[in-house]
Amino acid sequence: MSIVRGGGTKVGQPARCRVTFPAVRIVVAVKHVPDIQADRTLGQDGRLARDGGDGTLNEVDENAVEAALVVAESAGGAEVIALTMGPDDAVDAARRALQMGADSAVHVLDEAAAGSDALGTAHVLAAAVRKIAEDGPVDLVVTGMAATDGLTSLVPAALAAELGIVALTLAVDVTVADGAVVVRRELDHADETLRAALPALVSVSDRANEARYPNFAAIMAARKKPVAVWSLADLGVPPDEVGSAGARTRILAAEPRPARKDRVLVTDTGDAGAQLAAYLVEHKLA
Amino acid sequence: MTVLVLLDHTDAGEPRATAPELVALACSLGEAEGVWVGAAPLPAQLPSGLARVHRVAVANDWAPEGEHVAPVVSEAVAAVVDATGASVVLLASTFENKDVAARLGALHGAGVVTDADSVAVEHGTVVAGKTVLAGTWTTRVEVVAPLAVVLVKAGAADAAEPAAAPEVVEHAVAPSYVGGLVEVVERTERAGTGRPDLASAQTVIVGGRGTEGDFGPLEELADELGAAIGATRVATDEGWIAREAQVGQTGVTVSPRLYIGAGVSGAVHHRGGMQAAGTIVAVNNDPDAPIFEIADYGIVGDLFEVLPQATAELRRLRG
Repeated sequence: MSIVRGGGTKVGQPARCRVTFPAVRIVVAVKHVPDIQADRTLGQDGRLARDGGDGTLNEVDENAVEAALVVAESAGGAEVIALTMGPDDAVDAARRALQMGADSAVHVLDEAAAGSDALGTAHVLAAAVRKIAEDGPVDLVVTGMAATDGLTSLVPAALAAELGIVALTLAVDVTVADGAVVVRRELDHADETLRAALPALVSVSDRANEARYPNFAAIMAARKKPVAVWSLADLGVPPDEVGSAGARTRILAAEPRPARKDRVLVTDTGDAGAQLAAYLVEHKLA
Repeated sequence: MTVLVLLDHTDAGEPRATAPELVALACSLGEAEGVWVGAAPLPAQLPSGLARVHRVAVANDWAPEGEHVAPVVSEAVAAVVDATGASVVLLASTFENKDVAARLGALHGAGVVTDADSVAVEHGTVVAGKTVLAGTWTTRVEVVAPLAVVLVKAGAADAAEPAAAPEVVEHAVAPSYVGGLVEVVERTERAGTGRPDLASAQTVIVGGRGTEGDFGPLEELADELGAAIGATRVATDEGWIAREAQVGQTGVTVSPRLYIGAGVSGAVHHRGGMQAAGTIVAVNNDPDAPIFEIADYGIVGDLFEVLPQATAELRRLRG
């Protein structure tokens, strides 16, 4: 299924012939993650303990929401829909996006989705984006470049692949104009500027912008914004395709890293540099 | 078992430092075959151990500069998987390759493991080791899909020696519709720094706020140790050093044998990118800096005193 507006672009049709549409509809995917400042643990099944009660919106997702809002504002009042998936608490991530300025939110909540790997998560999110598109075509999907829990960075490109749209990832700068998105990205070995016609997915880096901080009025206003709760059945996703059942990776063992032993802390009294050199040589590190 | 290795290379056709490591790892798992995507010339020598190399030409009149974009590379790899019946694909764990792996997962049913520091075949299935939660946990992950795509961290294996390139098998793919939609407006490949690659270096020296922009003492120590230079987010934001030097959760992840943090406070974002290091040395004039909580060897002192003295003493000790 395509998420393109009005029947969309035909396969094979050159991208640059696409017509410009005035209104833009944006989905921003956000994730509720355990606070990275807190102690995070894996359970017996190797799954992250998500019940610590100290969860928060994944930090770089704030940059994703900010990017979505800026694009929406520049497009003259486009609609921004926050999309999240996860247990009850996960709605907090969507609420944060609403406080920042998103118009509405969707929370995919289903026990059977628990334990999804990154690809399962992308599969569910894609189904949700398609359902959102039933009410009106989605032009742009925005995500963060990574979530601080799994740090796989697989979801953005997998989500775009499932939707059959282009993913422009790791953006440090995003511009939408004339029906196309232009992204600047800084890779390990190269800097690039990429362009693609909408619809497209963009993942943003934490360097893309400074996320706005919602004021009291915005926080109050967010309480009145709609949050739809959808199950896998609502999305037409068979439960065995996702969650632990559908995962293509399985954690066999998980252990906390052993504590570092024989640690040394000295205050320099004039010879700490020389001592460090001796330590490095002694431990065959130099 | 056929194990494919994506041979990452520069635009000019020089293999990246991770290529020979991945080939050595692939040889330990099964029959290793290389995948070379794009028009860059195949070098006369490739890492030893490859049974053959698959060169995939991209029919790219539609996307002239786009032969390295993720959809195209993933389609090239998928074509070679189909042609060879390979059950394992090893990729260097870079952000670009994560996009490639994600597409192989979403469109070709692969099971994907990112940031692996080891890979083995146990009872016929692929098992990868990786550290998670900012290096505080180690896990073993099994791939339960017919095709395993494993993104391997730099330094996970000793590099294979170069050898004459093996038999070359030619393939051609045309970019799919989506692959052809990505327009590369501009691409500038960065020249090397003359130092080891940050992600794979055995020794990494990182400068933070405490350097106040003066990386001189770090450079001199790095010269002595053959180290790569990294930086904290603060240091890159201040413009003291290039962006790509940023070590941290959203920057480069390093797991060297030796990490030396100079004027680095050890904020959690930074720790997420370096906590898996073998030995952590920290020099900071603030005794309350959180990096001291994880340092094997911490020095409360002035980095502008400690580092030059350490460099001089290393020169003396090692003659």
